[in-house]
Amino acid sequence: MRREIHESFVRRNGHDVHGEELTPFSQRPAAHRPEKEFPLERVLADDGSADLARSHLPQERLLPLYRLMVLNRALDERMIQLQRQGRIGFYIGSIGEEATVLGAAEGMAPQDWIFPCYREHGAAILRGLPLAKFLCDLLGNAGDLMEGHQMPCHEAFRPGRFASISSPIATQIPQAVGAGWAARIKKDDMVPLVYFGEGATSANDFHTGLNFAGVRKVPVVFVCRNNGWAISVPRERQTAAVTFAEKALAYGMKGERVDGNDLLAVYEATRLARARAAAGEGPTLIECVTYRMEGHSTSDDPRVYRPAELVDPWRKKDPILRLKGHLVWRGLLSESEDAAIRDAVAAEIQAALREAEALPSKPPLESLFDGVYAQPLWQQREQLEELRSAVAADPRVARLRGEG
Amino acid sequence: MPVLNVIQAVNDALRTEMRRDPSVVVMGEDVGRFGGVFRATQGLHDEFGADRVIDTPLAEGGIVGTAVGMALYGLRPVPEIQFADFIFPAMDQIVNEVAKYRYRSGGQYACPMVIRSPYGGGIRGGHYHSQSPEAHFVHTPGLKVVVPSNPYDAKGLLISAIRDPDPVLFFEPKRVYRAAKGEVPEGEYEIPLGQAKVTREGGQVTVLAWGAMWHEADQAVREAAEAGVDCELLDLRSLQPLDVEAIERSVKKTGRAVIVHEAPRTCGFGAELSALIQERCFLSLEAPITRVTGFDTPFPYTLEAEYLPRAPRILRAIREVAAF
Repeated sequence: MRREIHESFVRRNGHDVHGEELTPFSQRPAAHRPEKEFPLERVLADDGSADLARSHLPQERLLPLYRLMVLNRALDERMIQLQRQGRIGFYIGSIGEEATVLGAAEGMAPQDWIFPCYREHGAAILRGLPLAKFLCDLLGNAGDLMEGHQMPCHEAFRPGRFASISSPIATQIPQAVGAGWAARIKKDDMVPLVYFGEGATSANDFHTGLNFAGVRKVPVVFVCRNNGWAISVPRERQTAAVTFAEKALAYGMKGERVDGNDLLAVYEATRLARARAAAGEGPTLIECVTYRMEGHSTSDDPRVYRPAELVDPWRKKDPILRLKGHLVWRGLLSESEDAAIRDAVAAEIQAALREAEALPSKPPLESLFDGVYAQPLWQQREQLEELRSAVAADPRVARLRGEG
Repeated sequence: MPVLNVIQAVNDALRTEMRRDPSVVVMGEDVGRFGGVFRATQGLHDEFGADRVIDTPLAEGGIVGTAVGMALYGLRPVPEIQFADFIFPAMDQIVNEVAKYRYRSGGQYACPMVIRSPYGGGIRGGHYHSQSPEAHFVHTPGLKVVVPSNPYDAKGLLISAIRDPDPVLFFEPKRVYRAAKGEVPEGEYEIPLGQAKVTREGGQVTVLAWGAMWHEADQAVREAAEAGVDCELLDLRSLQPLDVEAIERSVKKTGRAVIVHEAPRTCGFGAELSALIQERCFLSLEAPITRVTGFDTPFPYTLEAEYLPRAPRILRAIREVAAF
């Protein structure tokens, strides 16, 4: 009885018992049919055509974004080679997912923070991370912004408001919510974008992050890169839900499902979600349906668990080919111009690699102790001296077994 | 000067810092309108509003995870974990995110915050309202760990912790939350992190304690004095940074050390203290370094008097060490 009175109070007034505003029950959806309620939104047709009334990506951004997608792909392919050659220790990329990564980042405002998972190197480059700096991170060398503290592909880039990457899954989700919440408290026009894979939706932090954001209508855009696989586990083994977008309903927020290989669709969904968040209408969960064309990382061999027949249909849906078809359809790109872009990108990567590899292979010894605390405690100071003296006494201290 | 208990001193520190710095926000379960289950945040919601005194949903990982984002974006969050026993769902955020954020970004970002939490037993709380998890956090580089024993220190240390550029775990001794009273200056003052306090000078045995166990140790050293053993008692106050010089100075003087903590013995912080004393004071030692601690069991309900390293057990250890 008490509960009924309480709920009727809430329904009537749209406020909680303390007078604070709640999402009215009438706006909360009832039982639903996911495929109907969350249709796969597309802007780009298979033939490259598009309903331009549905696309607000400025025309002058199309070629730069196409070039970035090509760069992102070429970078991934080259870095996988480098890892096979033993020049870098590890790589994790986004082959096949470039439209999701770049379309979402492009849909945000420049002041918005990005909380990445670990496949969004393209977004860091979009935000101004110099390619050579990214390569220094992969090498962990003297030019590494992370001072050799993190393994490859865990970059942070403060000037681009690109947060730091960690390997544990989904931890960045509540962090993005906190940043959006802080921006609202400070009355800043800042909406964080947070990326995560569909595997992350199984983790605690996905639930707490979306729940906190829903309850408090925090301005934040959640982008779920549904690439079909969490290492060896297919999406059907992550959730019994028909879509990932529908999970938004239970958190009292808007859910969207878009073709993640369609740059224009991802951009459009993100742009609109950003606008709603900035207008105080709360967060959005966007499921970008894409496909992980390669292994999870260079440490993985997908042939063990994934038949090639599953991958082949996605080759036709390649996001770069899709955008190229559109650019051709709009008369913005010819085959020779495309070839010139690809050559320029390869040369850019080669030049950046030369620049990065010219630097000393390790940061200085004291960097091992930098940044544990704002100022080192006596333990870091003592241990640095201990290490210095050990290296001086026996240089093998500075080499792992098998290293030159 | 007003006489406050530990809860009131914590409340005073929070209020003082929130008035001084608009970026300080308090968040957690029941901390808002209700003022916290121990009343540590009482009145803050009325004074500073719901934006700065935030009732969160019930998820410790979410509390700390969102605090990370707030700290990155320039707020100074002071999340409360209702009982230290409930901090473990937030371990991933604390150990892998909060502690490493500055280091892993090469100093590009930092996430300073103070995670407050009542800890410790002696309140009939059983396994899940009694634990002392400080060693987990001291073992994680990047975190600072502070444990006050009295109202004056609680206020001064909490103010310092909130102003500190690094993340701080601030464990409050709930067993003496109301029992420990003392004069607390009005307005702001800081007690630097990493300074132990010699609360009793003596020449025969050094006793190291912190938090609620300082009170047990204090009683034990008084009883020891009556029995003719002259102890020096240190309240460590901060476990990381640790005032190793104060410990070294004292043990080199006395040649004997008794370490008291209520967490289980194995890999408790006493093990680290014992190793440090052995490394630094080896030639001064006159007796084995002795630990009086909780036992290697989960925290018990009925036999908690027996479990806790209270004054009689500490006194017994002091006498054995003195007579060695």
